[in-house]
Amino acid sequence: MLSKRVIACLDVRDGKLAKSIKFVDTKDIGDPVEKAEQYYHQGLDELVFYDITASSSGRGIMLDVVEAVASKIFIPFSVGGGIRSVNDATALRLAGAEKINVNSAAVANPRLITEISRALGAQSTVLSMDILQVEPTDTTPSGYEIVIHGGRTRTGLDALAWARRGEELGAGELVINSIDADGTRAGYEVALTRLIAEAVSIPVIASGGAGKPEHLHEVLTAGKADAALVASMVHYGDYTVQDLKSHLASRGVKVRQRY
Amino acid sequence: MLTIVDYNAGNLRSVQRACGAVGLSSLFTQDPEVVRRADRLVFPGVGNAESAMQTLNETGLGEALRDAHRRGTPILGICVGAQLILDSSEESRLPCLGLIAGKTRRFSVSQHSTPPTDSLKVPHIGWNEVRRARAHFLLEELEPGDEFYFVHSYYPDPTDPEDVYAVTDYGKPFCCALGRDNLFATQFHPEKSGRLGLQLLARFSRWSGSC
Repeated sequence: MLSKRVIACLDVRDGKLAKSIKFVDTKDIGDPVEKAEQYYHQGLDELVFYDITASSSGRGIMLDVVEAVASKIFIPFSVGGGIRSVNDATALRLAGAEKINVNSAAVANPRLITEISRALGAQSTVLSMDILQVEPTDTTPSGYEIVIHGGRTRTGLDALAWARRGEELGAGELVINSIDADGTRAGYEVALTRLIAEAVSIPVIASGGAGKPEHLHEVLTAGKADAALVASMVHYGDYTVQDLKSHLASRGVKVRQRY
Repeated sequence: MLTIVDYNAGNLRSVQRACGAVGLSSLFTQDPEVVRRADRLVFPGVGNAESAMQTLNETGLGEALRDAHRRGTPILGICVGAQLILDSSEESRLPCLGLIAGKTRRFSVSQHSTPPTDSLKVPHIGWNEVRRARAHFLLEELEPGDEFYFVHSYYPDPTDPEDVYAVTDYGKPFCCALGRDNLFATQFHPEKSGRLGLQLLARFSRWSGSC
C-alpha cells in the first residue's frame, strides 16, 4: 500500500528561505539547501520550493538553488513560483527538479498545463491552487474560489471546477492551498481538501494551516489527502519530520519510517 | 565506471548525481559502440515506452544493449528501462527489447483492486514497500518495511515467476524488481529513494553480474 507523504514547503526569495504568514510580511529564516538536507536526513518524503522572488533578475538564482539541492538530496522535489512557459519548466527540470508547480500563470493560460504535461509528463506537472472560501454563487457554486498572485487577486473561478479542469488538461497532482488557513497553524481546510480529493482521480496534496501533528492526521484521513504539506511547524523547530511521522504511524496512518 | 545509456528518456542527471553521492563515477553515452564496450550499464527511462523504443531502434542503442546483454555486461534498468527489457508493452505498438520474457501492463483501477477502493489512483506516485520475492545480491540489505519511490502507470509482468525478485502491493501485488543472469531492473527509482536507493546503486557497482 502506498504511504501517505509528508512534504515540506520552502519559500525561497532571492535564493534565501522565507516563510510567509498569511502571504504578507515575509522574513528570511535561512539557507534553503541546508534546510533541505536537514529534512532529508529526518526522513522527509518530498520537498517543494516556492520561488517568491519578485524581480526577474533574481530568478536565475533559483536554478542555482535547485542544482545545489539536487546534488544533496535524493528524494523527489518540485519547484513552483513564476513558471510561465515550457522553457521555464524544462530549465528547472534539467537543473534537477522532479516536478514543476504551476499556479497563477496556468489560470491566465490553461494551455500551459497541457504543454508542460506533454513536454515533461503528467507525473512532473503539478497544479497548485490558492483557494479562498466565498459565498456560493452561480460562478462559484462550490463556495470556494481560485485566487492568484499570492492570494491578492480573485479570479471568479470555481475551485472545484478548476481542479477537475486541471486534471483534464494534464496535471498529475494537485496542491490544495487554503488561503484562509495559510499561516494560521490552526489546521488544514479539511472540508475543502476532501471535496476536491473525492472529485479527481489524481493525488491531492493538502496545504495551508498545519500547526500540530493532529492536523496532518485529520487531513490525511478525514480530508482524504494523499500528502500533507508542512512549513512553519518544521522550519521553526517546533517539530521534526520524525515527530510528525511517528504521530501518524501511531494512529495507524501508513508512512515511510525506514530511511 | 558506470555507463548511463542516454536516449533522451528522462532526467539522466539525477541518476548520475545519485551515483556520485555513493562515490561512483559515471558517463552518459548515445554511442552504441560505447554501450557495447561498457563495463557496467545503467538503462534509465521516464516517459512513453513507444517513443523510447523508437529512439532505441533508430539510434542503434537497442541493438547495442542486446549485444552488451549477450556478452554478460551487468545492466541495471530503471523505471521505463525495467519495462522495455520485456518482449512487449501495452504502451507501445513496437516490440520491446525481449531480454526477459514477459509483457508490460497498465494498471487498471477496476481490475487491480478487489474490491475497488477510492484510494487507488493511476499513476502510482509515491513511496511504497518493496518485498523480496527471491534472493538477489542487489537486494541483500533489503529489510521488511523498506520503501522506495515510484512514479508509473505501467508495470513489468515477466512470464517466468523465477524472474521476479521483488513485489509491491498496489491494489494487488505487482513485480517491482526483475532480473535474469546479468540483467537486473527496478520499476522504482533508486536515485530518488533516499539512503536505501543509494545503497542499491552502490551494490550494483559491486555486482558480479550473476544471480
